[in-house]
Amino acid sequence: MPRSSLSGTRIRALRKARNLAQAELARLTGISPSYLNLIEHNKRRPGPALLTAIAGALNIPEQTLARGAEDELVEVLRAAAAMAAPGILPELDRLEEFVGRFPGWAGQLGALTQRVAAQERAIERFSDRMAHDPNLSAALHEIVSAVTAVQSTAAILVETEELDADWRGKFHANIHADSQRMARAAEALVAYLDTSGEETGLAAPLEELESWLARHDHRIEAVEKSAAPDFHALTRGEAELASQAAREMARAWLAEAHADARALPLARLVAALRATLDGGQGFDPERLARDLGVPLVRLFRRLATLPEGSGLPRFGLVECDGSGTLTRRRPIEGLTLPRFGGACPVWPLYQALVSPLRPLSALVEFPGRPAPRFLAFALAEPSVPAGFAPPVVLRASMLLTPATPATLGETPAALPHLYVGSNCRICPRLDCIARREPSIVAG
Amino acid sequence: MAQNDCAPRGAAADRAEAPGTGHGRGRLVLVLEDEPNISEAIRFILHRDGWDVLSRGDGHDALDLIESKAPALAILDVMLPGRSGLDVLQAIRARPALAGLPVIVLTAKGHATDREIAMRSGASLYMAKPFANAELLAAVRQLVGA
Repeated sequence: MPRSSLSGTRIRALRKARNLAQAELARLTGISPSYLNLIEHNKRRPGPALLTAIAGALNIPEQTLARGAEDELVEVLRAAAAMAAPGILPELDRLEEFVGRFPGWAGQLGALTQRVAAQERAIERFSDRMAHDPNLSAALHEIVSAVTAVQSTAAILVETEELDADWRGKFHANIHADSQRMARAAEALVAYLDTSGEETGLAAPLEELESWLARHDHRIEAVEKSAAPDFHALTRGEAELASQAAREMARAWLAEAHADARALPLARLVAALRATLDGGQGFDPERLARDLGVPLVRLFRRLATLPEGSGLPRFGLVECDGSGTLTRRRPIEGLTLPRFGGACPVWPLYQALVSPLRPLSALVEFPGRPAPRFLAFALAEPSVPAGFAPPVVLRASMLLTPATPATLGETPAALPHLYVGSNCRICPRLDCIARREPSIVAG
Repeated sequence: MAQNDCAPRGAAADRAEAPGTGHGRGRLVLVLEDEPNISEAIRFILHRDGWDVLSRGDGHDALDLIESKAPALAILDVMLPGRSGLDVLQAIRARPALAGLPVIVLTAKGHATDREIAMRSGASLYMAKPFANAELLAAVRQLVGA
């Protein structure tokens, strides 16, 4: 039997080689024939427990069915095929043959596809920054204004042959003043774009905090392991935390993360999460929070600190305050989060603000080929103890995890399907009723 | 906001400003621009072509001025302190008597979306800064039919 690169295809081939009916293998492994059919056609990916049961029923070593590097490559190439230009029809039915016969070329094509995807995400982030960063916008406005004044005045001086000396003097003085202004604006722009870590006052403290958290993959070991970590020591001398405001925000983050870690240690969380996923129940934060005895939002924050490579799903987290301003961004692969300006108004994060204390869940689909789909769970709660006097201060949190067979479970719940984006400016959904400004990528 | 009075006065200015002659034939143009040096350059260019110019650095009393002075055309910068040029434009278009007033919107923001918003708000023409003096002058002449 030729070795197929996909687990489902391999299961089907091995089953047939053993003259085992689909219904029989389904019975032996305790799943329905229709679900096995989905697995065999690579439309569902079996969890580790089910894979063990299938391997046992087929009497083969478990690793024969384990997902390998080739599976990843086939998926990447499948995504590349979905992005093919009009008129180009990649031979999808021969994809596995291609990977098997030309592993070098296939690997190179896969690497290029991933690079293109990464560059597209970078372009989206830069576009977002160019469009919404108030500091950049103000600096560019200052430069364009000075350039306009200099250009118009210089043209007058050149074009007017007999210009009165008073006017000539006045215009020379104006050009001199505007050129100095242009130089100052250019210096400010260079200082802003130079992320050397000096405190320029131009980078937002939240950006500094996020750069620092990104370097640590949103997980500080001392918070996990120490009973009384020194928050000041942890934030001192860190290159990203250039401003005092950023250091204060980092200490607040650490205090909350430490309280979360004490209430829900990593080992306990991982064990509970693995148990539900391996049992084919999918990801159910409500049940997890109840079983673990922690509030939902604390569970959200803990899941967003899970280390990469643990074999568990990745979790992204977004938070906003009552004004809708994003106050926390923990991105994951495939999820583009806007750094400036508002995010997508269709996000359950904002819907949760409309009905505080009511948890919301949805299947959210972002634009793309293939379209990244995530399970989203959102909840808005008062962020300070309730009082009789206004204002009510709310904080909304939204947890996101890729919608995969493991997180959806064997019997996926019927969730509202929302077509969302990152923000309006870079979203191609022209007919979205929530659109607040035209898109630069639509049409 | 006081009228722009930072330009040299007297005989020298009179030679540069020749309202009543040229294409403008003394007709009035209202310029709302908060950058004094840009405003001064526009004023000079238009004066040289025979236009009378009324300049303001913000849009606060723009509507009253337009109604009382009846300019032949208005040049509005978008990013003005207080009331934006687009707000002024929308207020102009909301008054039936001013529906036909030619308005040039001038801004440092050159995005396609800003142009679209300006045109949707009723701008006769949108010009992105930096602009060429000749282009601005040609636009003024064309919109007024001079």
